[in-house]
Amino acid sequence: MKVGILYSRIRRDEKLLLSELRDRGHDVEKIDVRKHQFSLDGTTAPVDDLDLVVDRCLSTSRSLYATRFLDSYGVPVVNDPETADVCADKAKNSLALQKAGVPTPKTDVAFTKESALESIEKFGYPCVLKPVVGSWGRLMAKIDTRDAAEAILEHKATLGHYEHKVFYVQEFVDKPGRDIRVVATDGEPVAAMVRSSDHWLTNAAKGAETREFALDDRARELVETASDAVGGGLLGVDLMEVGVPADAEAEPGEPVDGADYTVHEVNHTVEFKALTDSTPTDVPARVVDWLEAKAEAFDEAEVTA
Amino acid sequence: MTETECVECGGEVSLHDDLEVGEIVDCGTCGAELEVIDVNPPVLDRAPELEEDWGE
Repeated sequence: MKVGILYSRIRRDEKLLLSELRDRGHDVEKIDVRKHQFSLDGTTAPVDDLDLVVDRCLSTSRSLYATRFLDSYGVPVVNDPETADVCADKAKNSLALQKAGVPTPKTDVAFTKESALESIEKFGYPCVLKPVVGSWGRLMAKIDTRDAAEAILEHKATLGHYEHKVFYVQEFVDKPGRDIRVVATDGEPVAAMVRSSDHWLTNAAKGAETREFALDDRARELVETASDAVGGGLLGVDLMEVGVPADAEAEPGEPVDGADYTVHEVNHTVEFKALTDSTPTDVPARVVDWLEAKAEAFDEAEVTA
Repeated sequence: MTETECVECGGEVSLHDDLEVGEIVDCGTCGAELEVIDVNPPVLDRAPELEEDWGE
């Protein structure tokens, strides 16, 4: 197949993907979105004869617009721009999960410092304030006191651009020192890992320790439903364990008996290098298997149409 | 393994053979993040600063 990779930075994830694609003999067109224009009726990007374009943009804004334009030209692109739109925004993400019946942390969105403070007081301390667009655990605030809440809200309202005035307030989930990242293709788990840290943030990008996690049936069910809720695709579904007794001792890499899960977000340009390092699964190979199937499905749909 | 010059400090930067345009390499001398602009021959430039919307 002839596959385009939208990018603005080649991370180790993209190198793994490029290597797998080339090893299988696929023709790869790297498309640096910084170098192109996207007009209403076409683009300078070389996409005309591609079987599939994979969005690997590091920048969320570029990802959203580039995929939207390519889709408008009829270029097969994964992930779908609608999926990107939902996943890129935590508020939309939460709404989609809630609508699909996926357990997700209680969340308020408020538009002023005063109304945000009311939400914070309602949730009680600690609770969490997140940017609606953001990643890698950046600008996340665990709020322990009213004094801290007032200070953070004032800083965001004064120093932030307009998105920071959309206050996304969430209950604090007292997870057992770890959360779970599942990379899935159209709801089918490719591999899963736990990310453990003494810090309340357990992002791999924040230095959390990672190891393979054995998904149970409930986690698999939630991954599938969460994926469907945002439109499917190559996704990173993040879960936290809830209902875990304080004295429960989880086996590393195993679910806790009797625990359930809450899904806090689904990521649409998922990084998988940490998963590749933590599990025996050949993640890039599984991703390329899926890309090949997607290209074939797009091709069949075009022939049928 | 090839080497080229850091555009920040002039020190030598070692480059892997599987270098990709768009990849970021670190200068071992000054710590600067450098973007690979070309691979044959290798050309480096200062990498863009981290933007708020970068990530997953």
